[in-house]
Amino acid sequence: MPCSCQGAGKPETDITLRYPDKTAELNAYLDALPLEAHPDRKRGVLIQSLHRAQQIFGYLPAEVQALVARKLEISIAEVYGVISFYSYFTDKPVGRYKINICTGTACFVKGANKILDEFRRQLNIREGESTPDGKFFLGALRCVGACSLAPVVMVNDRVYGNVTAKMVSEILADCAD
Amino acid sequence: MINLTVNDRPVSVPEGSTILEAARKLKIRIPTLCHFKLDCFHVEHRSGSCRICVVEVEGRPNLAPACCTPVAEGMKVHTNTLRAINARRTILDLLLSDHPKDCLVCPKNLHCRLQSLAQEMGLHQVLYKGEQSTYNKDLSSRAIARDLDKCIMCRRCETACNTIQTVGVFSGVNRGFDAVVAPAEFRPLAETQCVFCGQCVQACPVGALSEISYKYDVWRALDDSSRTVVVQTAPAVRVAIGEEFGLPPGSISTGKLVAALKLLGFDKVFDTDFAADLTIMEETTELIERIKNGRNLPILTSCCPGWVKFLEHQFPELIYMPSSAKSPQQMFGAIAKTWYADRIGVKPEKMTVVSIMPCLSKKYEASRDEFTRDGVPDVDIVLSTRELADMIREAGIDFAALEEAPYDAPLGESTGAAVIFGASGGVLEAALRTAADWLTGTSLESVDFEAVRGLEGIKEAVVKIGDLELKAAVCSGLGNARKLLEKIKRGEAQYHAIEIMACPGGCLNGGGQPYHRGDSSVLERRMEALYRADRELPRRKSHENPDIQLLYREFLQEPGSHIAHELLHTHYFKRKRW
Amino acid sequence: MKIDSVEKLRARAASAREAAGRVPVKILISMGTCGLAAGAQPVRQALRDEIAARNLGNSLEVVEVGCMGLCHCEPSLIAWNTATGAATIYGDVSPQQIPAILETAPGEIAAGTRTLERTWYYPEFEEKPDDPRVLQSRIVLRNTGRLNPESLDSYLAADGYAALARALTQMTPAEVIDEIVRSGLRGRGGGGFPTGRKWQFAAAQPAGEKFMICNADEGDPGAFMDRAVLEGDPHAVLEAMAIGGYATGASNGVIYIRAEYPLAVKRLDIAIRQAEEAGLLGKNIFGSGFDFSIEIKYGAGAFVCGEETALIHSIEGCRGEPTFKPPFPAVQGLWKRPTVVNNVETYACVAAILRKGAEWFRSIGTPGSPGTKVFALAGKVAQVGLVEVPMGTKLRDMIFQLGGGIKNGRRFKAVQTGGPSGGCITEASLDVPIDYESLKALGSMMGSGGMIVMDEDDCMINIARFFLEFTLDESCGKCTPCRIGNRRLYEMLCEICDGRGTMDTLERLKRLSAVIKDTALCGLGQTSPNPVLSTLKNFEDEYLAHIRDNRCPAGVCPNLIHYEITERCVGCGICARQCPVGCIAGERKMIHQIDQTRCVKCGVCYQVCKFHAVEKC
Repeated sequence: MPCSCQGAGKPETDITLRYPDKTAELNAYLDALPLEAHPDRKRGVLIQSLHRAQQIFGYLPAEVQALVARKLEISIAEVYGVISFYSYFTDKPVGRYKINICTGTACFVKGANKILDEFRRQLNIREGESTPDGKFFLGALRCVGACSLAPVVMVNDRVYGNVTAKMVSEILADCAD
Repeated sequence: MINLTVNDRPVSVPEGSTILEAARKLKIRIPTLCHFKLDCFHVEHRSGSCRICVVEVEGRPNLAPACCTPVAEGMKVHTNTLRAINARRTILDLLLSDHPKDCLVCPKNLHCRLQSLAQEMGLHQVLYKGEQSTYNKDLSSRAIARDLDKCIMCRRCETACNTIQTVGVFSGVNRGFDAVVAPAEFRPLAETQCVFCGQCVQACPVGALSEISYKYDVWRALDDSSRTVVVQTAPAVRVAIGEEFGLPPGSISTGKLVAALKLLGFDKVFDTDFAADLTIMEETTELIERIKNGRNLPILTSCCPGWVKFLEHQFPELIYMPSSAKSPQQMFGAIAKTWYADRIGVKPEKMTVVSIMPCLSKKYEASRDEFTRDGVPDVDIVLSTRELADMIREAGIDFAALEEAPYDAPLGESTGAAVIFGASGGVLEAALRTAADWLTGTSLESVDFEAVRGLEGIKEAVVKIGDLELKAAVCSGLGNARKLLEKIKRGEAQYHAIEIMACPGGCLNGGGQPYHRGDSSVLERRMEALYRADRELPRRKSHENPDIQLLYREFLQEPGSHIAHELLHTHYFKRKRW
Repeated sequence: MKIDSVEKLRARAASAREAAGRVPVKILISMGTCGLAAGAQPVRQALRDEIAARNLGNSLEVVEVGCMGLCHCEPSLIAWNTATGAATIYGDVSPQQIPAILETAPGEIAAGTRTLERTWYYPEFEEKPDDPRVLQSRIVLRNTGRLNPESLDSYLAADGYAALARALTQMTPAEVIDEIVRSGLRGRGGGGFPTGRKWQFAAAQPAGEKFMICNADEGDPGAFMDRAVLEGDPHAVLEAMAIGGYATGASNGVIYIRAEYPLAVKRLDIAIRQAEEAGLLGKNIFGSGFDFSIEIKYGAGAFVCGEETALIHSIEGCRGEPTFKPPFPAVQGLWKRPTVVNNVETYACVAAILRKGAEWFRSIGTPGSPGTKVFALAGKVAQVGLVEVPMGTKLRDMIFQLGGGIKNGRRFKAVQTGGPSGGCITEASLDVPIDYESLKALGSMMGSGGMIVMDEDDCMINIARFFLEFTLDESCGKCTPCRIGNRRLYEMLCEICDGRGTMDTLERLKRLSAVIKDTALCGLGQTSPNPVLSTLKNFEDEYLAHIRDNRCPAGVCPNLIHYEITERCVGCGICARQCPVGCIAGERKMIHQIDQTRCVKCGVCYQVCKFHAVEKC
């Protein structure tokens, strides 16, 4: 009787099969890592590998986690433990426009929460979520170091300074596909 | 030696000792929760995370966790100042504030360290109430239940699963208040590479990890007059169950166990030891065959379902190595529902086979598809030692006062070779006793192979049998198994036979046994008792078991026969590690 | 060309200086993250276009530099004649102003621009000017904002790698450590542990593989000095790490940097490559036989990784959970090898100390805390920016002189130092000379140097709750007091802010804070109740007002305030139109009214009323 967890996943669900180019790119990156000098320190490259994998796939689905775990010979539980620990990593697909509201102290005292509320209201999602159409991701992050422009909103790499609740709809309008 | 004082009493301890160890030397108790130590396996979990053991050290700005603070010359420790007591009570209060207070219906009721701490410290109300974590319960597997609402983040299960067993199912997940221990992506255990050894259940001080219980299924079967209900008891159960009823660890309670099972209403009380003897017949035949052919060596034992599943996930390239012999539990089921059922004129589908096992993985093993014939499972219900003790209590049976009773025939007859299956090294020793006789054609006088006994993780022995120098190894604990298998893969070690048990020390320390609570001496006594039981039995070689001989004569013909293969042998599957 | 001897270093530095001197007029443009965010790129482009158009390429040089510390008026640039020393600092520069600036000589002021006073001097090569406005003293930021961070020559011209050369060719490792010990340099990352002692511990370990780690996981909200140094002067960090490696016997350097700093990573990458190519990193540096290499490792968004044991676990690919010390990293750190962890700002002091000597360093700052400290001034201060002052400077000078006082003429209420681990300091303590000990005595701490100024419109309980929320988000969850205790603290603060608090809440808040401080596993946990304890100490009245009077004196906590329309209302109706829940009604030109039962206290009416007719009560 073949076991349910045997063999490869199905192409329609396994993202590594659905995107062979991306998978090849990640494999090439992992294979090029200098791991042989210290076989017992392979996991030292875990975080950079996850950064790279997230860059390639946009997020870290289970199959990608498994791929990294296999290459570095650590358990998938530990890989997931790391992913869920660091706020930079996500195992869910995120919107194309990553809207991040800085909630560092300077932005907080200048009313970042009101801006966040307004985004939540207009997009009808909470922080850490993406809109169902996959366009917007809403997040909060700590201090981007642009305290003089507080409150600050980042959309992908673009920084909006001195943001008011009124500007929220303008910012969203800037995000044209 | 380092000199210090604890509560103004001087004490000297070796350098590197902790405050906790120094206090223990003075018989001063400091409460602990996340700390876990099993000396016999050189295992210590010292995360210093629960902070329940904090004490005051003169000259330090903060309280120090006794479990992981090393002693220093001239240190002055105070364990019971108001400051320390207040801190400990507050920590406990916080833990309880995020813990369900349903102790009365908790599977770990009376076995919970958090509960006993609350009782010891006399905490009668929770001051810091607030939000509590809630998760879905994981009842996906046949063996282990997870209730993350109760997880206190002591991380003992992680040490058990990842460090000792190297199975790697668990990790700390998320952070802050949401931090909890779980498998990748919060997957249900049934979908992971968990081998259900249950060492995490032994390690978990609270009700976050417990067994999936089938007691009620047994009560229902016993109540069903249309069914013939037979029970088998594994070797390691008899030397541990007494602990549940106040008997000292190491008591051999075989007769009381049988008596209790009869009182519970089982139609026949049989012994897994019978099937252990049968396993030796089949496995030794295979061993001798492989040695003669020089193929597929070493042979690995296959009695332990946790180990087998570990191999399938972690070393799929080696699945040709284990003996194809089923485990004693499954052999018992197969024989009970064929030969025995036929003898007493009961249809297999009308028979219920219940196993009493020191193990949680046996629950999973019994549910494997290949152990079912025509829709009838070989073994229907598996109970742990603890669950049986619960049933005995529930039935109002005074276990300690029971008159001893004998097993029923014919599946109750066994030898000393079978009873030592409960200890690491026992299966190999039993096989050697038979192999030596068969290979030399004589009857061996000395049957004690001391080199393979004991709680050490990896044991090696070279046994001279006639002209053959048989190289054998014994491993217990899957971390040790991994080490040995890696060596074999690299070609650095050659053996003829290797016994592997998933649980450190073997079945006597199984995941279904009474909680040892970190007391090594309990495990040592159980082991001594198993070898004592071996010595006390009239026959100590499996092939000398008269009812085994009868079974072959009447039904199986000879070890390795076609019918034996059909009923008593199995095969393995490659499974995913990642 | 390899710089494999001190002579070659001197020669290269001399030629770099000579090349730089050929075009004495420089325009320094701040291209750090905040400069870029404020629009430095168009200004840079305008400079480029205008210089090309006017064919000025031979008479002046534009240098893209890191942060100048003038965050409040980015984009900023400095027109500087290096030959005469004349300079003008321009703030809020727009591309339109570029022609005027180019037409004006350094030292003079271009029409239609905003210029700023220089408030700093460089103690390494300048005398302290006799000007009370010059409060800053730049050691850490000596090159930041002055030289091109992507040019090795630029760094060499500023005596770069001279300290490393001196250490490797003229000093024994013990002498290097001795110099650092005598300088009294203390860890700038927060705790203030003596750097030299740390190095001694690691040096005392048996020879073998050792690590020198740079902690660049600056995560304190509102602190960005490490980023400024890494973006503005990356070679200073590399040089110091190599010096530390030589002193402790470590050949492996690791920079652990947060992933949120892409520009800093890029500049570090460039700097490492340059140093390797020049032989300033790698094998046999300066022919001394000493090898040192540096690798960059990335964080992934976890504040707790600033704690050294957590940081080490993170480099090892694990969850960034702190572990109990001992063993200390100096004995058993990365991959269980002896390891020194210092932060960016600490390293940025090292080369200067070796060049100028321990006594020079001790002459700056206070006896217990020699040297300078960089602070990131932010919050309600008029001039947000990065300042570096000698230890012992008064907070009042920093906030009211360097920071230009409180924004919009509001009243100063408190300043939070040490980030979420620190505490708030009130008016009464503004004249205390600050160093590690004095801040601790005030119930706060140095931390990494974030300094958030609050005014009368800030509710201190809400502020404490904000910091607690930060700690909750960033707690690793390992130990009970931090995982559950801080959650309970936060919940109690919410109760108080929501008007549900009682005197019992206050009592439990105090008691639990004390226990968390006393029992948590790491520095983050142990200091997490500080914002609560210090606001309780300094602003107990405000807590009592919330609890007893159901009143938020700062008018912040929504449940404890309401809005009323006074007789000043002219009935223009703008508030009624803007109200998101439509709870304001009134006839045109009549006084309007707010339906308090439906008001969600968003404050829109208060903000939009031009006649100040809406009052917050």
